[in-house]
Amino acid sequence: MGTMTNSDGERTAGAGVGTGADAGTSAGAGSERNKAAARERPARWGRASASTAAAATVGNRPAGRGGSPLPERSRELGGAWAQPAAPGAVPTGRPLRRRTRTPQATRSNALHPGAWWIWALGLGTAASRTTNPLLLALLVGVAGYVVAARRTEAPWARSYGAFVKLAAAVLGIRLGFAVFLGSPIPGTHVIVTLPEVPLPHWAQGIRIGGRITAEGLVFALYDGLKLATLLICVGAANALANPARLLKSLPGALYEAGVAVVVALTFAPSLIADVQRLRAARRLRGRPDRGLRGLLHVGLPVLEGALERSVALAAAMDARGYGRTAQVPPAVRRTTAVLTLGGLLGVCAGTYGLLTAEGGSYGLPVLLAGLAAALGGLWLGGRRSLRTRYRPDLWGTRAWLVAGSGVAVAALMIVAASYDPVALRPGVVPLVAPALPLGPAAAILLGLLPAFVAPIPKEPS
Amino acid sequence: MIRFEDVSVTYDGAAEPTVRGVDFEVPEGELVLLVGPSGVGKSTVLGAVSGLVPHFTGGTLRGRVTVAGRDTRTHKPRELADVVGTVGQDPLSHFVTDTVEDELAYGMESLGLAPDVMRRRVEETLDLLGLAALRDRPIATLSGGQQQRVAIGSVLTPHPRVLVLDEPTSALDPAAAEEVLAVLQRLVHDLGTTVLMAEHRLERVIQYADQVVLLPSPGAAPLLGTPSEVMAVSPVYPPVVGLGRLADWSPLPLTVRDARRRAGALREGLAEVAGDTAPRADSAVIPPSPSRPHSTSRLSRLLRRATPTAPAPAQTAVIESLAVRRGRVEALRRVDLTAAPGEAIALMGRNGAGKSTLLGALVGLVEPAAGSVRVGGAVPHRTAPRELIRRVGLVPQEPRDLLYADTVTAECAAADHDAGAEPGTCRALVSELLPGIADDTHPRDLSEGQRLALALAVVLTARPPLLLLDEPTRGLDYAAKARLVTVLRGLAAEGHAIVLATHDVELAADLAHRVVILADGEIVADGPTAEVVVASPSFAPQVTKVLAPQPWLTVAQVRNALS
Repeated sequence: MGTMTNSDGERTAGAGVGTGADAGTSAGAGSERNKAAARERPARWGRASASTAAAATVGNRPAGRGGSPLPERSRELGGAWAQPAAPGAVPTGRPLRRRTRTPQATRSNALHPGAWWIWALGLGTAASRTTNPLLLALLVGVAGYVVAARRTEAPWARSYGAFVKLAAAVLGIRLGFAVFLGSPIPGTHVIVTLPEVPLPHWAQGIRIGGRITAEGLVFALYDGLKLATLLICVGAANALANPARLLKSLPGALYEAGVAVVVALTFAPSLIADVQRLRAARRLRGRPDRGLRGLLHVGLPVLEGALERSVALAAAMDARGYGRTAQVPPAVRRTTAVLTLGGLLGVCAGTYGLLTAEGGSYGLPVLLAGLAAALGGLWLGGRRSLRTRYRPDLWGTRAWLVAGSGVAVAALMIVAASYDPVALRPGVVPLVAPALPLGPAAAILLGLLPAFVAPIPKEPS
Repeated sequence: MIRFEDVSVTYDGAAEPTVRGVDFEVPEGELVLLVGPSGVGKSTVLGAVSGLVPHFTGGTLRGRVTVAGRDTRTHKPRELADVVGTVGQDPLSHFVTDTVEDELAYGMESLGLAPDVMRRRVEETLDLLGLAALRDRPIATLSGGQQQRVAIGSVLTPHPRVLVLDEPTSALDPAAAEEVLAVLQRLVHDLGTTVLMAEHRLERVIQYADQVVLLPSPGAAPLLGTPSEVMAVSPVYPPVVGLGRLADWSPLPLTVRDARRRAGALREGLAEVAGDTAPRADSAVIPPSPSRPHSTSRLSRLLRRATPTAPAPAQTAVIESLAVRRGRVEALRRVDLTAAPGEAIALMGRNGAGKSTLLGALVGLVEPAAGSVRVGGAVPHRTAPRELIRRVGLVPQEPRDLLYADTVTAECAAADHDAGAEPGTCRALVSELLPGIADDTHPRDLSEGQRLALALAVVLTARPPLLLLDEPTRGLDYAAKARLVTVLRGLAAEGHAIVLATHDVELAADLAHRVVILADGEIVADGPTAEVVVASPSFAPQVTKVLAPQPWLTVAQVRNALS
């Protein structure tokens, strides 16, 4: 058994079952046959000799069933976003174009989820710098276009619609407040005057009803639009980045927290399914299944079911080796604790120093030292964890481009905000029509880059 | 490979040990089957191998369990993870990640294997289990058989030397079950993996076993032997063994093939008994009717008697060209079905064929996209729940969903109230279906079979003329199944129409007058049980396969014919 598991020349995909002897012979024969081939491309494969032979064996094999192993492997070794060698591709023609054409997304060339988040947060930062409705609309359009172009069929990708609805609700609430609670903006264009609710003298400063001015409404609209745009940017990141993979990129010491979040993420859908099933069961008992009461009554059984499922999952995870830890010398353990605690204390003290008037001199250094110590603690803590990572997302050129486009949008907007603040914050008193400043608009359009460089998601089969 | 040394397990708060005197050894590379009635502690024995009992479940384990030389007393489950792979009853509660490929890698990540080793093993396992096409799929979108294969794959990647499986095929349709068993067979033969497996559906697995461990009753010491030895004395046995015991074949046949070789004499004998009513012409007559015929002549008399009442009974339920859509998926298309009073219909077909949806449509949980459903003249999804339960009752796949109260008595009182029945109606039904159950028992403490009976009683309190059951035999042993069959036959005789969705071909053969086979949301076969079932290789019960071309369905029929 053991000899089989780790024998050097194991077959890769397409080989079916490789028993120890079988795998050994095939690897032996393969290395004979493929010595020349292996010599020709050692730099590219860059592996220990045994696995080079194994890889070469696979390479010589005709493409197996269900995704031939060769392109997968070469992609993995060749870089994060190397071209998939399409079997029928014509070798001649425009090589540069062929090399730079956006590939179809696979596990190997998937964009790092962090890149999507940086891009989206960049757009969000840009949105926070302006109240110009035209620029905000442009930002929403850019985010929406990229989502439409690069969204997958995965469940989390559907959250974009929910975020758009939430953004609309926020805008509506902001306008509702402006209508019913009045607005501090002095305005002259009265649209309508609502009856004002008389309030006692101690509630002065609060107004319910009263005059509604066009200026107040427009201000609320701009303000609400800014919030809505921020939400839509976050929604775009949510829809484009796989949350589970994002959590997989956490440092080893935080791995356990990451797993908890992943488990919670997969639990939520089954909880909803439970609620639906139990409401149906209420109907089978002849009780009304609609309304709040119906929902409340299934609460306890749903919680019970969720608890049972978590216990079963915990048992399964335990049996699969979750929480195995390496033996760490006590000195390292103590150092970890000191570094982490001290680092966090330093961060607190440094922040306090930065915020108070007297602490200007020591604030920043203490903060930085604390941060460094905390990161060191995290890194040392990671040594306790035995875990390895299966096919982590690599940060390749396309990830740089996507993240860079978001950063560029944010940076250019910040520059524009200090250079020409009036264009980014159109006045409401007096009421003027907002104009589209060309420079910032062009900067925002940079955010469209991911729609062209990110790998194209697969068509749903 | 696995050694139990005089092991007994007592859970906290239990007076008696759940298992006692367990003392056997599983040699390397064998497939050992753990059998026994419900509640004898099969899961406890399995849990002791992976160390989950007692490290995770609590309780006291006396004696010693060693796996590959490691004592589970000193090794926690996580420290056994590299030698033991465990797959529980419900694959869904086993998954930690969301996609197939990540799930396969998860165990290896925990063990800290090198990335290139992980990659290689994932590719191997994808091919070994035929999952390569599903590698990027979210696990939630897979079918039951696929999920079960992913669960097995996910514990295989760390290359454990022992695989422990608790009812791996119970929830699967016959084809998916064979898929899973073929994989296990391959692991044992090609990789030398030691497999210890518990399963109720012996007809599916017994022929693969090298040895069988029988736990005859709670607290009794287990019995170890070759399958045919153990089957000769086991209280649980598949129909093919039942037939062998009936015909006194020795050694007992375990497979249909073995039995067929020996069955020549039996077939001739049966052909003589069947006499002038030639089996083939008779096929539509054979379906087991509520009162079991003792001979064919009595059967035909009974049929003649039944004919006058049969002509035009008001149909209990009528479905006409029903279509149901779920998003873009057409779950059902052009389905026509009628159910007459006193008729038992089995809905069969692979997982996801639309069986549960059809039951849902009959009970008003699912709104038709086209066509009509009428149950006792009412349209189910437009009828108020209080009204509807008097016309149709459904026992869902998980009977526990129907039970809310803390005690059996409270549950019954609530059922009486819901149904507007006289107080005590439900309790009387419970006593009838489930004699000797205490009033203050918590429904959760009941066994699967008892819980099903309680849910059935709750549903029957409203006396619905149409009774629906979704997978009623999941997790039931043969004895509980036989009791269920008796109860349902009685109900059919009283004039209830019964529709049950099931994967269990033996149950369908035992109970149903008609079998309806669904595939991809369409009805592909609808006819008397004997006709439909005999014609289909995957839905034929074992007795039919052994005695073909004569259309016998169950051991009981054969016994009655011979006596």
